[in-house]
Amino acid sequence: MSASLDRGLNAFKEQIDAPVAAFFSSCVRCGLCASACLFYTETGNAAYTPIHKLEPLRRVWQQEYTFWGRYAKAFGLSKPVTDEELTDWETLVYDSCTLCGRCSMVCPVGNDIAYMIRKMREGMAAAGHAPEGLIGATKRAITIGSPMGVKLPALQAQIRHAEKETGLSIPVDVEGAEYMLLLSSMEIMNFPEFISAVAKIFKQADVTWTISSEAFEATNSGIQIGVSEIAAELVERVVAAAEKLKVKSVISPECGHAYMAIRWEGPNLIGRPYSFKVVHILELLDELREQGRLKITGKETQRLTYHDPCQISRRGGVVQQPRNLMDMVAENFVEMPETGTMNWCCGAGGGVSSNERADDLRLKVFNRKRKQLDAITPDAIVSACSNCRIHLEEGLEEYGMEIPVLSLTETIAEHLAEDKS
Amino acid sequence: MSETELLLWVRGPALQIATIIFLLGVVVRIAEILMLGRKKDLAEARGSAVAGGLRTIISRSIPDRATLQRSLFNEVAGYIFHIGFFVTLLFFAPHILLFQDILGVSWPSLPTPLVDAVTVVTIIALLAVLVHRLLHKVMRFLSRFQDYLVWLVTILPLVTGYLAFHRVGIATPTMLITVHVLSVELLMVIFPFTKLMHAFTLFMARYYNGAIAGYKGVNS
Repeated sequence: MSASLDRGLNAFKEQIDAPVAAFFSSCVRCGLCASACLFYTETGNAAYTPIHKLEPLRRVWQQEYTFWGRYAKAFGLSKPVTDEELTDWETLVYDSCTLCGRCSMVCPVGNDIAYMIRKMREGMAAAGHAPEGLIGATKRAITIGSPMGVKLPALQAQIRHAEKETGLSIPVDVEGAEYMLLLSSMEIMNFPEFISAVAKIFKQADVTWTISSEAFEATNSGIQIGVSEIAAELVERVVAAAEKLKVKSVISPECGHAYMAIRWEGPNLIGRPYSFKVVHILELLDELREQGRLKITGKETQRLTYHDPCQISRRGGVVQQPRNLMDMVAENFVEMPETGTMNWCCGAGGGVSSNERADDLRLKVFNRKRKQLDAITPDAIVSACSNCRIHLEEGLEEYGMEIPVLSLTETIAEHLAEDKS
Repeated sequence: MSETELLLWVRGPALQIATIIFLLGVVVRIAEILMLGRKKDLAEARGSAVAGGLRTIISRSIPDRATLQRSLFNEVAGYIFHIGFFVTLLFFAPHILLFQDILGVSWPSLPTPLVDAVTVVTIIALLAVLVHRLLHKVMRFLSRFQDYLVWLVTILPLVTGYLAFHRVGIATPTMLITVHVLSVELLMVIFPFTKLMHAFTLFMARYYNGAIAGYKGVNS
């Protein structure tokens, strides 16, 4: 056995806990998870059945942690997991799963399949079976501080630009601010309007905030590729900056997996609770709305829908807040069929968008989103994840659909009442 | 050994052995799951894990509407054979007498003609499930030897019970009942080693699923 395979199988063993054992014990191979997965429904390829993507992990569980399996292994009656198999499974685990977790909502015996895929990636990465694109992004995140290679000067340029545009000063490294805002590289590079939007909203709502020049990157490719040590190091950077600036809360921006990383996985990765809170920007905006601190004029009259980023709603728990905010700014807010925690993934989450090998596949499975949109024919789509946004734009172009994709935060900023002061 | 002696052995020592394997096996399987443990979640909770877990144990019995439409056959046939199996097992008068013998408790039975009809429907549903497994692209792809074995040992008690009750003339009534009891014992013996375990572990799986989601404030 090669050293890397050994490392991978050991990582599998370490990842298996009581929930995983309960899940594998319960699977009756009914195949319902396939009907919940856009990679199956849009390709008809049975290999994309979610539970099948876990087969090597299941065998390790069976051979190591079941009474019968241990004996079968001892007598050479069971087939050990091989390196070739892991090679075959690489595309199933990384290219055809966005960790969207829709299968976990549908499984009749209650298996949280996405929870297991996340764990399986730890073993795949340890065995040297992670995709090139994700390895590159992860290396850049560690050495440069951003998976897209965005450095501080790039952020500073965008901040200067936002300050000129809004006439407001964007606080950087301000100690004692209430909130520290994180950004995703994609926001910095492709959607810098987000920074202006936040500045305008926080000015009106009188929120004290800051950006840290030492830890502004919210994304965490460590959790996408499945290397907990790297994921933990990226979380530690944010924790150190938040503690240094003595902020009460850290704001996770419009990015799905960033929220999963910093809000839910973060404390578990570093092995201790935070001394500050983590809120998603939509949670904070909804709180401000409730407190009457957001003054809106002139609602959107277009037919708008909201696309739930999986890690923010289904896997993250921010479901109602965007709907309250949509009602605040839109007169004509329509829901897609199967929305909220049952929304269909755009097809690019969970590291799939950083994995060039999956480019064709993710555009193909976007067909599921097309069908959902066709059912309600909106004038524009609002979302809260720049990765979803980019992929929605690409997918819409691919399918010849002309629907603009907006950010919820930016939409709110555009409708702020003029400050009279 | 006469037919009567064989029946006595099957209903006596054989049933005891099968029961011991069944109970011990189930306990070991559940214990080996629980012993793996679970790390404490250090993120600040938004909702209750326990409430979410208990909620999902119940709520996962009912599919969401779109899934029901997409997998209508699977859902309907699945409900029928599960409910039918338990009705036959638990509400057939002679079965209740046996449970009373062993456990000392009894409960009202359903009219025998009704249980008889339920048995037929259940057998048909199980046959349909097998055909579906063989024809459906995903199910055929996922299926292993065990899936067919489990199907067989599940349908056998129903079929042999039906034959015994109607005293179908392919064998003596004594032999028919002997075969029926043996088929139940076969089911009990392979139970802990196969996916039949889901009858117990699905409550754990649903609990964990609901707890993981509930902690984050999601109803799963």
